Amino acid sequence: MDFNLTDERRMLQDSLGRFLQDKYSHEHRRGVIASGLPYDAEVYAGLAELGVLGALFTEEQGGFGGKGFDISVVFEELGRAGVIEPVLPAVLAGALLGDYADLIDGIIGGETIAALATSEAEARYDLNHVSTSAKNGVLNGTKVHVLNGAQATHLVVSARESGEVADESGIALFVVTPDAEGVTLVDHVNNDGTSGATLILENVTPMARLNSSYEDLERAVAHAILAVSAEALGAMEAAKALTLDYLKERKQFGIPIGKFQALQHRMADVLIEVEQARSAVINLAGHLEADRTTRERHVSATKNLVGRVGALVVEEAVQMHGGIGMTDEYALSHFARRITMIDHWFGDVDHHLARFIALSGAA
Amino acid sequence: MDLNYTDDQQAFRAEVREWLAETLPREMSEKVRLGKRLTKQDSESWHTMLNTRGWLAPNWPREYGGAEWDAVQRQIFEDECCRAHAPRVVPFGLSMLAPVLMAFGSEEQRQRFLPRILNGKDWWCQGYSEPGAGSDLAAVKTRAEREGDHYVVNGQKTWTTLGQHANWIFCLVRTDPDVKKQEGISFLLIDMTTPGITVRPIVLVDGGAEVNEVFFDNVRVPAENLVGEENKGWTYAKYLLTHERTNIAGVGFSNAALETVKEVASKVQAGGAPLIQNPHFAARLAQVEIDLMAMATTNLRVVSAAAKGQAPGAESSMLKVKGTVIRQELTSLLRRAVGPDALPFQADYLEGGDNAEMMGPEHAATSAPSYFNNRKLSIFGGSNEVQRTIITKAIMGL
Repeated sequence: MDFNLTDERRMLQDSLGRFLQDKYSHEHRRGVIASGLPYDAEVYAGLAELGVLGALFTEEQGGFGGKGFDISVVFEELGRAGVIEPVLPAVLAGALLGDYADLIDGIIGGETIAALATSEAEARYDLNHVSTSAKNGVLNGTKVHVLNGAQATHLVVSARESGEVADESGIALFVVTPDAEGVTLVDHVNNDGTSGATLILENVTPMARLNSSYEDLERAVAHAILAVSAEALGAMEAAKALTLDYLKERKQFGIPIGKFQALQHRMADVLIEVEQARSAVINLAGHLEADRTTRERHVSATKNLVGRVGALVVEEAVQMHGGIGMTDEYALSHFARRITMIDHWFGDVDHHLARFIALSGAA
Repeated sequence: MDLNYTDDQQAFRAEVREWLAETLPREMSEKVRLGKRLTKQDSESWHTMLNTRGWLAPNWPREYGGAEWDAVQRQIFEDECCRAHAPRVVPFGLSMLAPVLMAFGSEEQRQRFLPRILNGKDWWCQGYSEPGAGSDLAAVKTRAEREGDHYVVNGQKTWTTLGQHANWIFCLVRTDPDVKKQEGISFLLIDMTTPGITVRPIVLVDGGAEVNEVFFDNVRVPAENLVGEENKGWTYAKYLLTHERTNIAGVGFSNAALETVKEVASKVQAGGAPLIQNPHFAARLAQVEIDLMAMATTNLRVVSAAAKGQAPGAESSMLKVKGTVIRQELTSLLRRAVGPDALPFQADYLEGGDNAEMMGPEHAATSAPSYFNNRKLSIFGGSNEVQRTIITKAIMGL
């Protein structure tokens, strides 16, 4: 048992942390979002150059990581800085595009962005709810909440070849290029500054049909849940640090507000729960390669706990800051938005509690 | 990062598990599993079995007859003991007083008392809390005045756990009332058979009497029973409390309790289906299981750092708060799972009489008393509110 990072991961963490401190101040990030750009292309190229994307892929894939703790180290740092650049799509693609070495090379190099398009309007958080059809070689249907869909060079789309709308069997994954005939992408901004898109497919001929199953899709989403959980943890650490500083600096009634026991005890609960969230992320990272039931129990346990703790941290940090915590100018509100929106990706607190119960029954 | 135990650690776990399966008597583990109260004889015979194997004092160095395990081994041992429903080892002599004697006692005191702790000749209790000194422990008033080669002790201790079984008590006493409260306290060892000591049981909310009031009326204590220096007792008391906080997370207890709740909730019927399928109950149960999975890892993070020589600071307080909240939630779930059969108070059954009949299914008689009894978890060892203050102050430096 060892809870220390390997030297390689420690170095990656340090260099990524330094890079973001240098290039990704809160003011810079706000500037990018205010400019209407989906992300800062120069920063994204810098992340690729630093090896951040390579760390998400295994050596066989041409990367130098790809394990649970590689993902968690990278995303905790991204979360700490509030990075909106499209790194998450690489995690999803990495788990699905194994056979396409040239695509993976492009992703690691930062030139290719492969966005995952699995969600549908009626599906809520159910991956198996797929009404988009794949028949006679063409795709028809509408996908929603495609992260970085409008910036993507490739789209990985789930579509149904057979069966009923919620069957786990009969679902296949296809690669579609945005310039293919019949593809419409409608771009929008999310609450946290990231970019989403609606993808409309009308008799689209895909570039390829992936040799991946529903189980592979579930495994890819497990990787993504680890990534966003670690990202939320990093954002919570940042919100926590801001709040600790504020409790020391802000004076009311002539003394720092951190001297008030009512606030000390609220802060203590925040500190305890952030450690719980860290442990939950470690648990999932450490079981990402485990058998399906073990892995998925940890997926749901971690996503549920991170969602609960995230809400606590956001609400308490804003409350302890008072009005300043609600302003767009101050960084806290940005972390608050990102942490909260992460609950809306890949299943929220309630979804994963119910799923954990179902998986426990099956165990 | 590696969440796996080493081969040596796994072998150690297997060794402990095997020994427990061979040694722990079934009637004893059944009492623990069912939440019945243990007798003094139960505790003493378990104590002897552990001592015979050399596993009674996990944290003691070998030179004193301890096992000298590291923090990870101690955690494994705790986990296995809880899993096997072994009785909890009474900690006052073994893990509270003994470290103080090793660090601050005289050679004579170590020679005199440590072997008797191991062989069970002495049963120690803790004379810390007083009616006016709870979370504010340094407010102790029990007075010890030097007269020749004796101290004369007058005052009262309270919440003295299992004091009814003890023949020795270690006490914080006030030897100088005229200085800052922390600076006038001494650490004194008192023979409970000395004239002038009265022990009175306090019946608690669960109907049991595991705690006592201890009164001192002109009790003459030989001066050689002073530990360390006069008026330095607060330093020793704080040192002791850091040892009191080992295994503070109670992961083993919670794992065992979780299994019990699941077992009961799978058996009892509610609305034509097992209770565990009731969505409200299932949600509460799942949430506490998820919290426990994370807390077990938080605990291992602290334990594994401790095994590498890093002293836990605010982390102990975090584990105390989270660990006790989880344990209390599990006792609450068990009480609710038992349903209307939790109503009768069945004293004979609780006291562990072998032939005592019980109304209702397993755990019916013990679930409510256990729920009530475990309210203590967030009160003792520094209340959870005191812990929260410690956490924030330590991390903010305010």
